[in-house]
Amino acid sequence: MSSPTDADLYPVAERRPDLLTTGTGAPLDHLTVENLASGSAGQADIAISADALRLQARVARGAGRSRLAENFERGAELVAVPDAVVLEIYELLRPGRAASIDILLQAADGLRRDYGAERIALLVEEAAATYLRRGLFRRRF
Amino acid sequence: MNDGSTPNRWKRYDHWDEKPLAQDRFAVEDAEHGFCAVASPWDPAPGLVIEGGRIAAMDGKPAADFDMIDSFIASHHIDPEVAVEVMAIDSTDLARRLVDIAVPRAELVRLATGMTPAKLAEVVGKLSAAELTFAQSKLRARLQPGNQAHVTNAKDDPIQMAADAATAALYGFDELETTVRVARNARTCALALTVGAAAVRGGVLVQCSIEEAEELRLGMAGLTSYTETMSVYGTEDVFIDGDDTPWSKAFLTAAYTSRGLKARCTSGAGSEVLMAFHEKKSMLYLEARCLCVQRGMGVQGTQNGGIDGASVAGSVPGGVKEMFAENVMAALLDLECASGNDTRHSHSDMRVAARVLPPLLAGTDLICSGFGSIAGYDNSFALSSFNGSELEEYLALQRDYMVDGGLAHVPEDAVMAARSSAIEAISAVLEELELATVTVAQKASVLHAHGSQDTTTYSLGAVAAINHAMEDKAVNLADVIAALHRRGFDVVAENLLVMARQRVAGDYLQTAAVIRGGKVVSAVNQPNDYRGPGTGYTPDGLRRDALARMRTQIGRPDVMAAEGRIGDEERRAFRLVPKGTAAKGEDLREVVIAVSPGFGAELNKTTGECRHSEVLRMLTQGIAEGGGTARIVRIRHTADTSFMGLTGARLAGSGIAIGIQGKGTTVIQKAGLAPHTNLELFPQAPLITLAHYRQIGANAAAFARGESPEPVVIPPYGDALGAKFHVRTALLYHIEADLADPTAEPEDLDLVFSD
Repeated sequence: MSSPTDADLYPVAERRPDLLTTGTGAPLDHLTVENLASGSAGQADIAISADALRLQARVARGAGRSRLAENFERGAELVAVPDAVVLEIYELLRPGRAASIDILLQAADGLRRDYGAERIALLVEEAAATYLRRGLFRRRF
Repeated sequence: MNDGSTPNRWKRYDHWDEKPLAQDRFAVEDAEHGFCAVASPWDPAPGLVIEGGRIAAMDGKPAADFDMIDSFIASHHIDPEVAVEVMAIDSTDLARRLVDIAVPRAELVRLATGMTPAKLAEVVGKLSAAELTFAQSKLRARLQPGNQAHVTNAKDDPIQMAADAATAALYGFDELETTVRVARNARTCALALTVGAAAVRGGVLVQCSIEEAEELRLGMAGLTSYTETMSVYGTEDVFIDGDDTPWSKAFLTAAYTSRGLKARCTSGAGSEVLMAFHEKKSMLYLEARCLCVQRGMGVQGTQNGGIDGASVAGSVPGGVKEMFAENVMAALLDLECASGNDTRHSHSDMRVAARVLPPLLAGTDLICSGFGSIAGYDNSFALSSFNGSELEEYLALQRDYMVDGGLAHVPEDAVMAARSSAIEAISAVLEELELATVTVAQKASVLHAHGSQDTTTYSLGAVAAINHAMEDKAVNLADVIAALHRRGFDVVAENLLVMARQRVAGDYLQTAAVIRGGKVVSAVNQPNDYRGPGTGYTPDGLRRDALARMRTQIGRPDVMAAEGRIGDEERRAFRLVPKGTAAKGEDLREVVIAVSPGFGAELNKTTGECRHSEVLRMLTQGIAEGGGTARIVRIRHTADTSFMGLTGARLAGSGIAIGIQGKGTTVIQKAGLAPHTNLELFPQAPLITLAHYRQIGANAAAFARGESPEPVVIPPYGDALGAKFHVRTALLYHIEADLADPTAEPEDLDLVFSD
């Protein structure tokens, strides 16, 4: 849930850094030049977490931006999805890539089952229904 | 007679044909074939039918016939509750609310969530260009405007990329966008862009425009921080030809978000015409569809207003206005707007400058979605409206209207320091990560380079080798920060850490976010609160001072110092020795040279670059050649040419005098004439040469003999002298006016040359 006061969390890095963790779950303060140089922090730390995105969704909704908030929530679901899978799903959603509606529906099931990505799955299912109605399951190349 | 022009034709056409505008081709308005800015006869009338809480028809089309764009808009953009309210309001009434200071932005943004594309196009289409400008002032998302630069070079050279990134950051660009000539060079260029910007400050947002999967990889490696290449189109066929759907783009937006990258879509008039499937609809209506899709996707912002189709949009009647209307519509839909003005829409500089004015005056989140901060030939996108060569003209436009377009003057030593620092930092990174070595000659050539034609540096192939090495080593932001730390570039490393921390927090993913002074500024914590005069953002204090500065400015101290330097030399060349109060002369051949209070004293050179010693030498020689006798009198009670001349004429035995000011303005005057009539007047001092002064002397002597000589002609070829000379002219005159003493009598002077 959110309320207008959620916008007061913002900027989170300045007002509530205690709510943030790096990509490996370390506190934000762990991300320093020294730690990156010594190797005790690394690129895996320089990544946003699903929790941070859900926090930004609360901020967005608090500021009156429901659609932006929904995107942040979809983004939160994709944090745990590997790059290769993300790119694979994107490719499937492009016109003419999936040969039938079943392929998209199976992809949605997989996202729901393997990553708990309910919102993303709904998006893919909605796309599948529209593609079927508009005849997009056709070869383009 | 054949002078090369076409016979029997007005020669003005020959002249016009030579002008850049003649290369622009203007399209005949033709809605059936897509050449229509607003209100095509084929645009649907706004309308919405809601049955059982679901949209049953939109803009005249039943849900069963919805194409995928309609479907996406109906399910993701339209808020049915607001729609019931807003679709019932007359569009003219809504248009008036856009320019009503009593209706706040938040209320308009709320109403827009219920507007269909046709409604949006109809409402925004009702505003004049001036009304759009005012509406944009109110609707912009972020309080303070910003700007985005293109930073590219024809060699994909990372050393130059870093130096140019630093330069752009220094001038104030919030975002830097690069792309490459050779796709596989993207990694190297992204690295150089990031490091170069960080040599100046932390938090400059950077992007590398490249194929989606590679762009995601660059972002995940921390080498870029935003993207704006997600194209959205207004018809289904073009969307499919663009190889996407609203859902694939919505997914991609979420994907970028999940990797902590700020995302922005791109759309704009002309793309549907260029890609042939425009459905006979107007450009503004198609853009309304694009923007509703974008809002529905939940992307924070858009790059719109023509963009790549700008020259097509600009070719139709009202097309330039339409491009700006797109920006206003984006702001109404609560999207951050990077308002086009990137791809140059015209060959005419005048049309280009006129196009940028509405967004610049109103202020948009990012005035240009790609200001070519580099040499025009180095722009790997396309020539921009403004390029490195025009950067100072943009600064002048900001200053003229005292508006903040995101940039400000930077002193030369700061530019050189930033470029040098960036060159050293990227060289250290390339060497420390064992990607490449950089020679002293390379660094030196880049430091002073206007563009890649001035550099001796890597070949495209050598850059590709660096890119391969980067891929092999999987170089990422953490590696770069560590490398900079090891090489002692701790300030640059800390600046990069600003972005790394942002990546964790995601504050810069919110609407219209940029990072200034190391802190996020967005529509959330600094929303635009403009509600008419006395409200909103106005540049003041230090920011106003910065906007006021220009490299070529001059002030009174500059003029005084310049005059002082020449004065030192002039004191050695000649002297004007006072001889006491001047009385009426007896010699009928006598011509008075009436000099101003500061002539040959505080002031020493005319605006025509003639030294006062030489001016007096020529005037006296001319008078002697004309059979006259010169007598020099300093007028002390006025510095006005007419009154000086008349005072001198009354003192002259012949009744003829030459009045001359320090800046060189000259008159031949006759006793008895009214003050502002004269025999000959030479107001355009910058054009008067020493030969002219000699001739003026001769003519004055001829008048003394009672003759009527041929006037001295100083040919003005329509030169616009004002901008070049008027500031100095006014300052010089002020100096003389201050020296005048209303009670002081004219004084005779002896002219003594040292040679």
